[in-house]
Amino acid sequence: MLAPLLTQIAFYLFSAALLAMASGVILARNPVHSVLFLIMAFFNAACLFILMGAEFLAMILLIVYIGAVAVLFLFVVMMLDIDFVALREGFWNYLPIGLALGVVLASELILLAALPTVALAPAPPPPEILQPNIERLGEVLYTRYAHFFQMAGIILLIAMVGAIVLTLRPREGIRRQEAARQVSRKREDSVEIRKVQSGEGL
Amino acid sequence: MTELSLTEQLALFLPELLLALGAMALLMLGVFQREESGRRIANLAIALTLLALLSALTLPTERAEIFGGSFVIDSFAITMKALALIGVAAALLIGRAFSETQRVGRFEYPILILLSAVGILLMISANDLIALYIGIETQSLALYVLAAWHRDSVKSSEAGLKYFILGALSSGILLYGCSMIYGFGGGIGFAEIAAAPPSAGLTIGCVFALSGLAFKISAVPFHMWTPDVYEGAPTPVALFLASAPKVAALALIARFTLEALPPHAGGEDILTILAIGSMILGAVAAIGQANLKRLLAYSAIGHMGYALIGLIAGGEEGLIALVVYAGIYLLTIIGVFCSLMALRAETRAPQNIEELTGLSQTQPAMAFLLAALLFSLAGIPPLAGFFGKFYVFLSAIEQGFVWLAVIGVVASVIASYYYLRIIKLMYFDDPDISLRMELSPSSRFVLYASGVFALGFILAPRLLSEPAAWAARGLLGLP
Repeated sequence: MLAPLLTQIAFYLFSAALLAMASGVILARNPVHSVLFLIMAFFNAACLFILMGAEFLAMILLIVYIGAVAVLFLFVVMMLDIDFVALREGFWNYLPIGLALGVVLASELILLAALPTVALAPAPPPPEILQPNIERLGEVLYTRYAHFFQMAGIILLIAMVGAIVLTLRPREGIRRQEAARQVSRKREDSVEIRKVQSGEGL
Repeated sequence: MTELSLTEQLALFLPELLLALGAMALLMLGVFQREESGRRIANLAIALTLLALLSALTLPTERAEIFGGSFVIDSFAITMKALALIGVAAALLIGRAFSETQRVGRFEYPILILLSAVGILLMISANDLIALYIGIETQSLALYVLAAWHRDSVKSSEAGLKYFILGALSSGILLYGCSMIYGFGGGIGFAEIAAAPPSAGLTIGCVFALSGLAFKISAVPFHMWTPDVYEGAPTPVALFLASAPKVAALALIARFTLEALPPHAGGEDILTILAIGSMILGAVAAIGQANLKRLLAYSAIGHMGYALIGLIAGGEEGLIALVVYAGIYLLTIIGVFCSLMALRAETRAPQNIEELTGLSQTQPAMAFLLAALLFSLAGIPPLAGFFGKFYVFLSAIEQGFVWLAVIGVVASVIASYYYLRIIKLMYFDDPDISLRMELSPSSRFVLYASGVFALGFILAPRLLSEPAAWAARGLLGLP
């Protein structure tokens, strides 16, 4: 009796927080604050996924979107010298187009809900959960879909090779670590003892 | 169908395995012997491609599905793989010569081509949506990097960036379509999608997925990236872009529309719009182009339109026409790009059409070959390109798409103007500058092979039409 009520309360709590954070993203004047709001929005969305029993999606949202994407945004915002005032300049010019798009999108959504013929099929009842879905995914990912897993690895390899090819430049005059040379150095090769008369220097 | 054992499945997957493992081994070789290994890696990559070609040709010809139905090996896949691997081998041969003359060689060039070739082979064999997507991504990701190969040139970086952003956009569209198809069709296998009950969501998904695929063959209205990317990318990369990936994407579209698209999804209408738009834009927009590579890009757009007619006409004749057209286009465009690379005005390759003026007086042999190849692209008998168009239009007329054939003929008449203009400049005008020729033995081989094909196709059309017929029967499941 209590559990569904608690779930409902949690759902409305996280949803309200999500909407508030999402508004914060577009309303904040400081872009760094926008990104921080975005991170909070992602976090609330992840909580909603957990309520639905989709803990894998929740973790992916945390790891990929907060751990990588949002942090990248933060870096870009903080490290690149972007003039956000200049970016906002066209706001009033683009407002009519934006509003028109918004109206179209909203009316489409309303139509979708109102027209019985295009209504989405009701979701099938969730199967009895015997096993966390991370485990289930792991079971098929490394057996039935192992070949796709390997091929995705090739894609990552291409990305790595590409990043190196396009950015790595051989640089002159930097000191590299060369273990063999460093270890084989002898005291006589590199240390020289001189007698220095006081007050004269070398 | 009985489930094959893992060894049997891997044996059917041999060309892909060879290329993927070979590329990784070459990468190791390159990383550990950075300085002196460029030429050796290029040679080994060519050998590897030929080995993959050989293993593709010796695959069993009966239709077989591997990895739980994700990939399919049939005569259509084998034929298209062989064609695509010929394109890969040509790109590697030319790229080797190019990196030596231009001194921009980094050993990763052949490796990225090989990895892209893995994606190309995966695309051709794909039999479900994940395989389709992974194949396309493997192929394109390597191409984005290759397009930006001259990283110090603004044009090349622009080409890479534009290609990457628009490619990512098209991947997004494709994935959105795939998720709709999965959501409403309840499966990712092509056969499951075809058997799914009709619904609005499924149709929308199919439209999105087809749009994403149309981007890969640069069909109108998804063609915007093509001229900029061809112009900015290094010429051997442009050659590769125009050849093997196009064949693979055509094969994928053919398999997707025939095996996966439910009849109510309107695939035929979409393809018709793509084909008509591509043919007309390819013919009209190229007229004003002064840059040779931009012109070839528009020509490529047009040619994809003609190839799609074969698919729209459908049936055995239509598919034969598609495969023959793809093969002829591939083998001809390789020669055209190769001849552009061989010519030198001072230190760089000619960029504009005007620079070819009077080529017949300075380099008569080259002018003759280039003229033959351009005549072939224009579709003038008795050269190879004519037969490609002939098969395509014949199949369209036989299946009752007379109006489509008429549009195609009109477009190809308009398009022949710009091919003939280059030939006119080469033969009837006096040269201002004298172009030199720098042909390495391997480029010479590719160029002559392409020229001999364009000129000699009329003597032995069966060499291409018979494998094409075999491929078409395999895809349609006919004996």
